[in-house]
This record gives sequence, C-alpha cells and structure tokens, in this order.
Amino acid sequence: MDMPAPNPLILSRKADIVRALTSALPDGAVIFDPNETRAYECDALTAYRCAPLCVVLPTSTEEVARVLKICHTEGVPVVPRGSGTSLAGGALPTADSVVLGVARLSQVLETDIENRFIRVQSGRTNLSVSGAVEAMDFFYAPDPSSQLACAIAGNIAMNSGGAHCLKYGVTTNNLLGVTLVLMDGAVVELGGAHLDAGGLDLLGVICGSEGQLGVVTEATLRILPKPEGARPVLIGFDTSEAAGTCVSDIIKAGVLPVAIEFMDRPCIRATEAFAHAGYPDVEALLIVEVEGSPDEIAYQLGKIIEIARRHDPAELRESTSPEESARIWAGRKSAFGAMGQINDYLCLDGTIPVSELPYVLQQIRELSGQYGLDVGNVFHAGDGNMHPLILFDANKAGDLEKAEEMGADILKLCVKVGGCLTGEHGVGVEKRDLMLVQYTPADLAAQLAIKDVFDPAWLLNPAKVFPLAATENRRAAAV
Amino acid sequence: MRIRGGGTRPIGDTFGDAFDGTDLNTRALSGITLYEPGALTLVVKSGTPLSEVEALLAHQGQRLAFEPMDHRGLMATTGEPTIGGMVAANISGPRRVQTGACRDFLLGVRFVDGMGNIIKNGGRVMKNVTGYDLVKLMAGSFGTLGVLSEVSLKVLPKSEVQASLLIDGLEDARAIKALSMALGSPYEISGAAHISGPSPTTIIRLEGFAASVVYRSGQLRERLREFGDIRIETDIERSKFLWQELRDVSPFWQASGDVWRISLKPSDGPKLGAKLRKACDARLIYDWGGGLVWALMPEGFDLRAQLNGIPGHARIERASAEVRRKFTTFAPEPPVLRDLSKGIRARFDPRGILNPGLMGQ
Repeated sequence: MDMPAPNPLILSRKADIVRALTSALPDGAVIFDPNETRAYECDALTAYRCAPLCVVLPTSTEEVARVLKICHTEGVPVVPRGSGTSLAGGALPTADSVVLGVARLSQVLETDIENRFIRVQSGRTNLSVSGAVEAMDFFYAPDPSSQLACAIAGNIAMNSGGAHCLKYGVTTNNLLGVTLVLMDGAVVELGGAHLDAGGLDLLGVICGSEGQLGVVTEATLRILPKPEGARPVLIGFDTSEAAGTCVSDIIKAGVLPVAIEFMDRPCIRATEAFAHAGYPDVEALLIVEVEGSPDEIAYQLGKIIEIARRHDPAELRESTSPEESARIWAGRKSAFGAMGQINDYLCLDGTIPVSELPYVLQQIRELSGQYGLDVGNVFHAGDGNMHPLILFDANKAGDLEKAEEMGADILKLCVKVGGCLTGEHGVGVEKRDLMLVQYTPADLAAQLAIKDVFDPAWLLNPAKVFPLAATENRRAAAV
Repeated sequence: MRIRGGGTRPIGDTFGDAFDGTDLNTRALSGITLYEPGALTLVVKSGTPLSEVEALLAHQGQRLAFEPMDHRGLMATTGEPTIGGMVAANISGPRRVQTGACRDFLLGVRFVDGMGNIIKNGGRVMKNVTGYDLVKLMAGSFGTLGVLSEVSLKVLPKSEVQASLLIDGLEDARAIKALSMALGSPYEISGAAHISGPSPTTIIRLEGFAASVVYRSGQLRERLREFGDIRIETDIERSKFLWQELRDVSPFWQASGDVWRISLKPSDGPKLGAKLRKACDARLIYDWGGGLVWALMPEGFDLRAQLNGIPGHARIERASAEVRRKFTTFAPEPPVLRDLSKGIRARFDPRGILNPGLMGQ
C-alpha cells in the first residue's frame, strides 16, 4: 500500500508542533512518545501500520477547534480517529500526521424521548447510545458488527450500516444533525432536532465523507421505540441459487423482514466448530428476522416459511423462544471471529443487486479456485451487501498480496454487475485505487471539488478515498 | 437557464413571466430504465411523469414510501409532476416521519453540471458508501447544481390496509403530546398530523396487514385514552383520502394568503403556532408529529421574525413574487454554512447559469 512520503519539514519540527498542541490542551491530552503512539499505528486493517507524529485526545468541541487551527497554521495533516475499528484503513496515519482521537468525547448531551432524538459527543460508542435510551424502551437503529467498540464519529465518517438496515436504513438515514469543526477551526452546526435541510443538504455530504471534510464532535441521532418483539427463522438450502431466489421472492411478496442474513458452507462449518449454534451442514443458510407483536410475528414468519417451502429447503427451523433466537443468531454473530480462527482473512464489502447473487457467488467460487485461496461468504442478503472473507496466511510471503489481488477482482465483479465497491465499510486506503473502476474521472472530479471547498489545503485524512495519482497535485500544493 | 420538469412546483421561482433566459425542459428524458421488484430498485429518467412511476409500482404492489406531495392544488399549477422535479425539490409527504424523506430513498443520480460535465454518483444498490455522497446533495438542490437526467430509487412494498385514529377538540400543544406518545409507541405510526382551528382534528395513521392494523389500533386507543374519545376510520378509501388531503395541504388551496412550510423540533411546533396566532390571524396544519408546520398567513407577514430563537427553517411555499423577493423563499443561512454552499455552487455551476437566484444564491 503506497502512502505519500512524510514531509521532512514537519518531522523535523515535531517538538514545536507538540509544544503548540500541549499548550492548547489539558494535561495528558497529547501523546508523543514513540512507545505510546504505536498504539495508534493502525486500525482494524492491521496489515498496514505507521505511527503518527503525535496523538491528541481533546475533550470538547473548543479543544478540537484549537487543535485544527494549530495544524492548519502549521500545515500538518490530521487523521481523525473514532475507535479505530475501520476495516478499510480509514484511520491509518502517516508519519507526519497528527491523529485526532475523539475517544474522550463520550458524553450524552441531551436525551429527548418526546421528540425522539439523542444528542451525544461523537466518541461515544454505538451500542452505548442504545444503552442510554434502553430504559425508556428506545434504541438507535444502525448496528454495525463492531457496535460494542465503534464510535459514532466513525459511523458517521463511513456511513455505517449493520444487520438491521433493511428496515431501518443506515447511519445517514438516522442522523439528524452534527457539530462539525472545519480544518481552519471554524465550528458549524448542520441540521438539528428538525428534519431535512433548509438549503443544500450538507449533512448528507458529511455523512460518509471518511473524515476528509471536517471533524464531527457532536451528533443528533434519531432514536426509535423498540418493537414489541422479534423472532428469526433459519432456512437451509442445497444451493446458493435457491437461497438467492428465496430472498428475492420474500421481498417481492411484500414482507419486509428486519434482517435477511446469508452464510455459505465454508462459513457455516467454521462457525459450527467455533460457536456450536447447531447449524445444518448445507450449501447456503438464511436467517430471516421479523418484528412486532407475537401474532404479527407469527403471521409474517408464516408467510416467509410458505415462500421458503417453494424452494425446497433442506432445513427450516422457526425459533419459538428467546433462547432459540439467541442460538440462531449466535453463529452469525461469531462468523467473523470463527473465520479468524482458521486463518488471517481479508473482509470485503462490495454490494450487488440481489438478483445477481447466484451468479456472483458462482464467480467467487471460480476465483477462489484460480487463486488457490478459500473464501467464506457471510452477508446482509436483503440489501445485497456481501462480505466475502478471503482466507490467507500473513506469515507466508506473497499471500497477502495474492488475497488483495483476488479481492480486487471480486470488487470489480461487483461493479460489473451493477453494484459498488463498498456498502458500509468505506473506501479508506484499502479500495482507494479501485475508485476509477466505479467512477469516471469526471465523477471523481465532482467529489474532489467538495473536498476543495471544505478543506482547501487538503490536510484532513489526505491520502484516503481517492487514488493517490488523482490527488497528487492537490496534496503537493498543500505542502 | 430555468430547469423545468412538469412545472408544478414553482417554489422559489421569482421570475415568473419576466424570465428572459432559456427554459431547459426535461420532459423528453422519459422512461423506466430498470425496475426490479425483488430488489426494491427502480432506475428512471428524470422527465418521467411521477404518475407513470406510481402506476408501474402499484401494479407490483409497491410504492414510493416517502409519499411525495402533489403541489398542483396548493400552487394552482397544472401539468404533470416529474420524478426529476420531485427529487430536485426533495418532496416527501406524511410518511416521512416514519420512513424517511425522498433523499433517504434516492440511491443514485446522473446529472449534468453547469459546465456540461456528465456526472454520476451513488448507484442502484441499497447500500453504497463508495466515495462522497453527492446523491443527498442533489436531492433538494432545486436544479441549482446540475440538471438531473436519471435517478435510482429504493421502493417498498405497499401496505395491505390502513386505518386512521381521529381525536377531536385537542388544542395544539396537547395534540402534539398525543402524537408524540403515539410515535413513541412500538405500533409503527405512518402518519401523525393535527389540523388546528376552531374544530381541530388530530389524526394518526396505521398501515400493514389487516390483523396487525386491528391489533395496533386497539393498543393505541388504550394508550391514548387520556386524550379523549378516539374514533377509528377503518374504511381504507376514506382513510387514504384523509391523508391525501393532508399530504397536499388541501385546506389551504382556496384560501388567500401566504403559505409557509416550517421544519422544526416537534414540540416547538405548537410554540411557534401560539406565537403566530397571537401576532395575527393564522391557520395551521401540523404534520410529522408536529415537526412540520404548514402556516397560512396574511399576505406579507414576516413569519421568520416569529421563528426567531426556535431552531429549524421556514420556507415560503406559496406567495406573490413580491413577497418572496422581500423575505427570500429559503431561510438565510449562517455565514460559515453560506460560504460552504457558495463554494460548492462555484464549483458545480461557476457561471451561475442553473436556476439563477432560485435558492437565494
């Protein structure tokens, strides 16, 4: 992975920069000892590492503004960081950058049940947002797999999804407002407790901009009343084609499950060995969950089971108790961990039209044969967001590169059938160089123009999202 | 250039007949490019009549869930609303409170910017975080950043039946409390409105399959008992009609005066309402559980002055060109925000030829 060469002038001025930041922040908010900055050398894409110049951990919007103002004046790149759970290298530092971590911005600022929103500082973890309103029978809908650890700031940066977005949408559909600090230190409020923008929808642009346009310090989030109940059904099939058609038929029939999850045989076997969820040994498995009162759930599951039977399922297991539901979900929720027990893996995130599911799975099998690397598939089938896990051995020379090459082929395939490179993880550094597979130079130019407006000096997370060649002149002008 | 679809929503157009530029009409960009009911996706050219799309979806038991308002009655316009116009103005309806706005269902756009560049963003799949989200930016940009040529939308299944709960006689603040309680329940409210006035009515909509709607109506009636007698309209057609009237703000069609559309925190709705009533003879309709206020005001009344201190934004939906010039259709933005918007416009339409001045730019 190419990253821009660090600016020697900044490296040589480390002491000055650290001094300026230290004097602007409370004690203990600046980390600059190389032994300690190493903790920030990577995110969840651990294959790539680089310790930053220093790390700052501000505790308020004002402190964030001070940090950015200093870095802006000094011309130092800033890499914003939530909890560091990005699978795309979104928080990967360069040696000449200041990592701005929002971990200490973790307060709930306002809970308003009557108006159905919560306002939090952006370093608060996803799950603890739901935790803050649970006693009132409310929840925050987007639920990425990393929700125990991941921060709202990162969710906003990547426009994170989760298993339940078929019904509830992704982060952008649940985000009402943000407090945003621009690179020059200016603070701007976008949105709020009201709906829709009064002018251009800049909030919509900020969500998913991967920390390149500003640093979000506070967020107003839509919260929803908890459903009365939820229950899944597990359906096993002898072919992934049958599973794919079943998904499409369920959707066509007018039932809108809250989640439709898909696992293939390699993944099923791995999770069985790991979590003992009692999954059948089949080619493809669906977990379909619906919500409502007991009668509503029974009605919807009845309809889904009726459709599934038309596709000759090898196994059909309707949960009848919370324990059974938990057991059905246990396997799915441990799938990534289970695959990690077998080997290192690369987790892809391409999205495809649901109708292309059987074809794409077949093509992935062929690629797996060609490259000699095993692949497990576990993903959100209802919205076509795939997560092929390519297994490789990080200790074997050339294996990572081979896995990356195969990953690129799979993502190109996703784009070819009408999909996209990433459905919920973001581009980061990982898929940066594939952007021209999906977009024309003119398409990218329009996006670069947005960055020019928000961060004219190209200091915020500068080497991400776009191919380095496409941004070279802009970054050079900044130096 | 004045960008036009069906010309049924002349929001912000202060030129009227005096416009001496070129009209760019998208009507010839018509047709469904792709419709996959099993993937809930629709790709359609921007000039396609909305009615054509809605008929196609209905045939497969699906719909545009955000329930786009028809502006023809309120604005006294004729013609066919287009998909492009709907997206450009980010038009939603009562169901927005539950399911999201037009912008939330917009998956992808293709447009031509002010320099003639053809740009696409997003795509046709439901989850897509590849690069910046210009899709949301284009929704509600009223043709000032580019001319939409094709859009992709997420569609949803239609509900089997619907019913409406009606409560009479509640004053505004109390009505919004009732709506908040309903929206805070697990019964999946798909509409929450209050028609204010001497004989006010508060309306709550439930949709779904028959047994579920019956069950939830009963549960909700129990929960809202403290607000008085609750009638339940179970006739689907009559319930639909009620919500269509609300969606299209039909109580204001024949009345003279300016129509303002205010988006704010739901519990602030009645606070603004009380201020307006005190200041003049105002008629009010609350939608989105109180978060959207339709206000019929005496001509030339400065509503924004009353909003002072209440966060949100007010747009003039219907008024004379003179009134709209005086107050500006769109609410003025704070300086930093205004500069960012200005910067974006300067890059997408550097010569300012697309719908000049429409959003106050």
